[in-house]
Order: sequence, then C-alpha cells, then structure tokens
Amino acid sequence: MTVSSKDRSIVRVASGQGFWGDWLEAPRRQVEGGDVDYLMLDYLAEVTMSILQKQKERDPNMGYARDFVGAIESVLPAVAKRGVRVIANAGGVNPPACAAAIKAVAAKHGVSSDVRIGVITGDDLLPRLDELIGGGHALANMDTGEPLSTVRDRVLSANAYIGSVPIVEALKQNANIVITGRSTDTALTMAPLRYEFGWAADDWDRLAAGIIAGHIIECGAQCSGGNCLYDWQTIPDLANVGYPIVEAKADGTFVVTKHPNTGGRVSIPSVTEQLVYEMGDPNSYITPDVVADFTSIQLAADGENRVRVFGIKGRPATDKLKVSIAYRAGFKAVGTLVYSWPDALPKAQLADRVLRERLDNLGLEFDAIVTEFVGVSATHGPLAGEAHDPPEVQLRFGVRGPDKASVERFTRELAPLVLNGPPSVTGFAGGRPKVEEIVAYWPALIDKTVVQTKVEVLP
Amino acid sequence: MRVCLLDIAHARSGDKGDTANVGVIALKPEWYPVLSKHLTLDRVRDHFRGVITGGVERYELPNLKALNFLLHGALDGGGTLSLKTDAQGKVFSTAMLRLVLEVPDTDAKGLGLPVTAHWPVDSEAPKA
Repeated sequence: MTVSSKDRSIVRVASGQGFWGDWLEAPRRQVEGGDVDYLMLDYLAEVTMSILQKQKERDPNMGYARDFVGAIESVLPAVAKRGVRVIANAGGVNPPACAAAIKAVAAKHGVSSDVRIGVITGDDLLPRLDELIGGGHALANMDTGEPLSTVRDRVLSANAYIGSVPIVEALKQNANIVITGRSTDTALTMAPLRYEFGWAADDWDRLAAGIIAGHIIECGAQCSGGNCLYDWQTIPDLANVGYPIVEAKADGTFVVTKHPNTGGRVSIPSVTEQLVYEMGDPNSYITPDVVADFTSIQLAADGENRVRVFGIKGRPATDKLKVSIAYRAGFKAVGTLVYSWPDALPKAQLADRVLRERLDNLGLEFDAIVTEFVGVSATHGPLAGEAHDPPEVQLRFGVRGPDKASVERFTRELAPLVLNGPPSVTGFAGGRPKVEEIVAYWPALIDKTVVQTKVEVLP
Repeated sequence: MRVCLLDIAHARSGDKGDTANVGVIALKPEWYPVLSKHLTLDRVRDHFRGVITGGVERYELPNLKALNFLLHGALDGGGTLSLKTDAQGKVFSTAMLRLVLEVPDTDAKGLGLPVTAHWPVDSEAPKA
C-alpha cells in the first residue's frame, strides 16, 4: 500500500508516549479510541542517549528505545490497514537497528508490504567529535563556558538536536513509520503539520504554532489531567486517563483534546500548566526550525475537554543547533533508614551526625554529601517550617565523588547504624545502597551547517 | 491583607540542568495583576534564600495569566549528578505556593481574594 498525502482540513496528531517508561497502554488506546492521523511517540530525555550508547557498545544491534517495538506491535493494524502514521524519536543512537527491529515485527505479522519505514540519521556527532574539535568547534558548555576538550576522554555520546526537515522529507517519501535519533520532541508533532499543510520554511508563525502544539503534547497526559495541580481532586478517572490529541488547521490554529470516554481533563488550566513546564525565557523558545514566542499564545475554551490555541507568533531560527553530550562524571550512592516516633527527627539527625563523623574518620572525601529528612524537609527544605514530632522520618543520605572505592566504602557504613546508632530504626531491608556511575549532561551549540541529516525510506 | 500564593495561584515546575523553573498561574484571570505587581523578583529571591545557591530570573506571560521564574543552582547540579530527592525540580511548584504576599487593601479591593484559612508555615499565621 502506498500512503499518500490526503487533502485534509484538520490533521489530528495524537501523543502516545511522553518519555521512555511512559504508560505502555497509551499508544494502542490513542489509535483505537477515535480518529487520528498521526501517532507521535517521544522517548528521549537528556540522559537517555548515553544509556543507549552504553547498550550499543555492548551490542551493535542495540542502542534504541526497545519499548517502541512493543508499541508498534500494539498499533500495527492501525498503521498497516487504516493509514495512521507513526513518528518517533525511538531510534536513539542507532535508528537503523531500530528500523530493522520494526521490519522484523511487520514481517512477523505478515504486513511487510504495508509498512514503509523512514530512517533519519546524521544527528550522531560522536564519530566526528575529534574532527569537530580540531576544526575549531569548541562545543563549550552552555552553562559553564568550559570547552569540551576538558572532558573529551570521558564523553559517551554526542547528538545534535535536529528539527522537522528530515521528518517532512521522510513523509514526502511515503514513510508511514518515521524513526529518528535525537530529534527535538516538538519536531515530532510540528513535522506532520508542516508536511500536510505545506508550510514554508520561513512561515515563522505557523511553524511556531506547530512547535507549541508539540510542546503541549510532548509530555503525554501531563496536559490532559496528569500531574495537574489545578482542581486535582475533581479530575475524573485518572485510571483511564486520555492522552492528548492536537487537531490542527492549515492556518496554524489548533485544538487540544482527548478521545471521548477517557479520563483526565483538558482545560485551560491543564494546558497552561504544561505550557510553562520546563520553560526558560518565554519570549524565545529556540528550536532548530523557528524561535517561538510563548507570550503570543492565546487559549480559549472550545467545549468539554477542548481548548483552542491561536495567535501564535514565531521568528527566524538561529544558525546553531543544540548538542546533547553525555560524559562520565564520577560515582554516587544514596541510602536510607527510617526512624520512628517519638523524636523521630532528632534520632535521624543524630544518625546523620554519626555517619558524617565516621566518613570523616575514615578519611573519605567526596565532592558532595547531601542529607535529607524525608517527611520533614526533603522536598521543601527550610520552607516547610518546624516539624511537630512526626510519626516517622526517613533519613536519606547521598554521596558523590570521583573515587569509586570511596563511594563503595560509604555504602558499608549505613547498615551498622541499625545496631550501633540511635534507636527505633528500621527500613533497611533493601540492603546496601547501589553505587552508580554518573553520566552527566553537557549542553553545547554547533553551527547548523556542520550537521547533515540523511533520510532513507526502507523498501 | 496577606494572601498565601496557594490560595490565588496554581503552578508547575521542571528542570533545565541545575535550574528549576516555576510557572505560577493565577487561579482567576482577574487575580493576575496581583501576581504581576506583588510577586516580584526580590520577593521570590527572599523566599528561596538558603534553598537555592544561584540567582533568580522572572518573566511575565500576561496572555496566560502566568509568571515564569528560573531558580538557578536549585538542584545540586541537576539531572543525574544531583543527590536530591527532587533532582528534577518537580515540586518547587508547591514550595513556591507557600509564599505569602502582602497585598495593600487598595490593590485587593473588589477582587474577592480568599481569606487564608491555614497558613503554609505556622510562623506566617496572623498573631491572635
């Protein structure tokens, strides 16, 4: 079957996954609950690429979001027979391997001829890193200004955030499953709108509208009742929460909604909460395609569980792409113990002092030691005020440093406190804390011209 | 009058590296001017003193009846580096809503601002 661009006045893009680890049921519910044209699945967070890179080092056929294979299997009838097209950044650091896995699933279900997989590569800068640094690209840390050369030998992955252009190209070549690597989350939604409506590369207002539509639905149900503080007690049926759908028009206006007979709520407050989520300067939301202005967004109620979005303005894109770099940055471990009433807090505080003195006596040095008293001050610190003899307090103690042996030695110091520290202590059944290698995030910029993406649609 | 932010606003927070962002949204559109006038940079900086190590930025979104604050040095390095429970700044939103604003009666007039029933921190409560 050839998928062709239909003449559509409204294009529906459904969000089926807000991060790797999101609700496995959501993709299927989105294609079965009502009409949708596109299913958008966002799998990549800042550190996900480095985890995938480690997996690829162990096995060259890995390095992509494996949940995506199950997701495709759950929506395959809709994709193969009903013309729903899927766009996902599930490719991670190995989009071709991801495509091969999807091809195998299609073959298993006898629908190979109905599936055309578009694969987008070129975002992975790891193989080119030394060439780039040698060529004068410092890839300086956007937060600290340090050049990447200071941590070059510890870099695990480096990927440019790419925009909508290659996804649009894959759709033009009739792909009905488009797999990208480190594409921006928002491009996954904007690209199908740009493709369907033929928005020009300098149609800044409409491109910005597509980006903002993407921002609203990129975190899945977080705009349709999930994690919604406004009137949270009255949000119905979260067990069957409806994931969001954008119904867009060619003029760049759109409605945010969800399928009928689902839980959750799409309202002006729920959409506004998502709009401000992870927001920097709202005047300049910078993406590879356009700079969107969040201060131009207008919202209006449009019936039950429908919010109309309009008025959006955009400006020309910059000549840079953001680069997501991950590097090894030492080790950490976090352990907990629980102290009970009476005087749970003073007991936990004494345990903290004893533990710190013992680590000090052992001569262990760390970059950071963080103590939290869960139940008292872990989430709001001193803003929470005085505690009034709570029934229990969890002592949460973490260390971080470059020396793995020191962090490991710390993990042996927690359990002894059960018998040789303050009384009324429990909650140690989980055993010793686990030592974790820290893979830290290094944001940088690079000239757009350096990054060449490639689109391939598998026959 | 004194108004607890919890009673006139809702909020969501997230992270970018070691920075937490907190979007504060008026519960009723007519209450936005109270936020824009009284939830100042200085007021928020004071509120988070001792909680964050860096500066604060403030942005206005009158179209959404919202303010956006960037709290730098809020997350013990942020992301995977952080040892904090709230490494991604998810609940700075509710920490912000503990803030108590002083709103002159002239600014509060006719807005129907709610009288706070319970104070987020006992020491903030009006003395009997």
